[in-house]
Amino acid sequence: MDCNGYRQENHEQNLFPKPKVLVLEPPPVFIYHEDKLSQKFHFLKAWDSPLPLDQFLTTHAHSVQAILSHGSCPVTTNTIRLLPSLGLIVTTSAGLDQIDLQECRRRGVSVAYAGSLFSADVADIAVGLLIDALRNISAGNRYVTQGLWANNGDFSLGSKLGGRKVGIVGLGSIGLEVGKRLEPFGCNILYCSRNKKSSVSYPYYSTVCELATNCEVLIICCELNDQTRHVINKEVLLALGKKGLIINVGRGAIIDEQEMVRCLMQGEIAGAGLDVFENEPHVPSELISLDNVVLSPHRAVHTEETLMALVELVIGNLEAFFSNKPLLSPVLLDE
Amino acid sequence: MKSIGVLMTCPMHKYLEQQLETHFNLFKLWHCNSSITEFLKTHQGNTIRAVVGDTNIGADAELIASLPNLEIVASYSVGLDKIDLRKCEEKGIRVANTPDVLTDDVADLAIGLILGVLRRICASDVYVRIGKWKDADFGLATKFSGKSVGIVGLGRIGTAIAKRAEAFGCSISYFSRSQKPFANYKFYSDIIDLATSCQILIVACALTDETRHIINREVIDALGPKGILINIGRGAHVDETELVSALLEGRLGGAGLDVYENEPEVPEELLGLGNVVLQPHVGSDTVETSDAMADLVISNLKAHFSNKPLLTPVI
Repeated sequence: MDCNGYRQENHEQNLFPKPKVLVLEPPPVFIYHEDKLSQKFHFLKAWDSPLPLDQFLTTHAHSVQAILSHGSCPVTTNTIRLLPSLGLIVTTSAGLDQIDLQECRRRGVSVAYAGSLFSADVADIAVGLLIDALRNISAGNRYVTQGLWANNGDFSLGSKLGGRKVGIVGLGSIGLEVGKRLEPFGCNILYCSRNKKSSVSYPYYSTVCELATNCEVLIICCELNDQTRHVINKEVLLALGKKGLIINVGRGAIIDEQEMVRCLMQGEIAGAGLDVFENEPHVPSELISLDNVVLSPHRAVHTEETLMALVELVIGNLEAFFSNKPLLSPVLLDE
Repeated sequence: MKSIGVLMTCPMHKYLEQQLETHFNLFKLWHCNSSITEFLKTHQGNTIRAVVGDTNIGADAELIASLPNLEIVASYSVGLDKIDLRKCEEKGIRVANTPDVLTDDVADLAIGLILGVLRRICASDVYVRIGKWKDADFGLATKFSGKSVGIVGLGRIGTAIAKRAEAFGCSISYFSRSQKPFANYKFYSDIIDLATSCQILIVACALTDETRHIINREVIDALGPKGILINIGRGAHVDETELVSALLEGRLGGAGLDVYENEPEVPEELLGLGNVVLQPHVGSDTVETSDAMADLVISNLKAHFSNKPLLTPVI
């Protein structure tokens, strides 16, 4: 860029300064694409400041209209109250349990999220974990790479996926994508959800326990809230049974993790594929010792393509807000 | 039928072995310490009227020639590359295999391998097990949904794979000996064109003289550094040396393999690669399917020896 161009840009910046956006902790999209985001917005980085959070917020209170947040970064009542000019929270997650939505509703703060951007990726991982757990793909890969095939002979047999009854817990955007993918595998799809969905023909069960009694695979696709915390408990796991598998791509706390570990160790269920845990990044050591479990470090949406699409969505939502246009993926707070 | 001699070529499935022992006079080739000819002389070889082989040891010309009363080869597999079909035809020997019962399992494994490689499920499982998640996030993978899938051989297994991939929003194209009139997928008469056009190339055809090393350097280069190769066919479909060098040099993005040129040997260079998923030839290895295949072998043998039509004849 020549001198004239630089002066021009600087001049324009002074006339049209980049909107300020507060970031409490950096979301993955920030770590990978900060450059692209910083072209459009000036980020106030709370985690980078020596000031304690409350002080940081009070210092910048007058200029903060928007927050960029992510799934494991709480946006508390306190934070919202310290920012009188706050008009928008953009979260890079599909989940909303980390944001005080009631306070947002009260204050008229809009919230934008990832919507159904992640649904395909999460559904893909759910199916991938299921096939892996049934067919021992990760375990078989270890068998070969550790040289055991040549020395010890044939690997153990897996279990067939076709014909299995698969129970989806939560038939939202992700649950529907999971069902759609599993149909050509010959699975019979059943589900449990807050409400029966009239547009699907899958058999509906009103409780998770009834669903577990009637299926051999449970796939957790619901959000974490007061009703779903530890909804997968001892009763449900025992109902799932000794040939049953559990796949979790929701949130760790939907399952009573200690109970699940106990059931796996005692053979009360046959196996599991887990992308989420109650206390990430901690994974119970008993699970590490098991071959019939597939462990994934909460990365159901960590693909290059989706992260790029997420950057575009975040930029789109922030730009819409700052130019008084409708948000691209607003959360309906009136529900 | 208890007097009918059946030769099992190698241990393949305990349940099958038990069933053969129950219904026939079973000879186990792997108990033979001497040459086959000696074995047959001392073990009433002339009573052997059937051979049960698999993907490891089938019925080659030598074995067929040493069994003068051989009437049927019932393969515990759908692949026929280990059977000398021409010799069987010459001598009027029936051949049966186990199609259909294993189609789903093999297709499921193909999708499992794709997800294992693209979404790095196996690599991230290792990451968690060795405690690295506490230090840092794993990193990004590649999306599967919506990608372009190319299938080499649109038979039963290839079609089953296509149906599954379609549910992920993938576009499907294929290379085959001839275009399939009822397949709604794009046909390529040149495998290089197929490899150029797709990101995920899956080998699902039978192994014949024409398809040996059908995946060669040219095809691998056409698939490219963002492409991945999935082999659930036979090891000999792929020029393994070229595959290894392409992966080491980054000319190929990744591979998911269930079969190898010289099983159970796997090229050492592949063992440490994070973009490769290796399976010990388990395509149809589920409890349910192994039993179903065994039942089919037994049913074909019983049908033959009762002068009834074979259930799944090849010749």
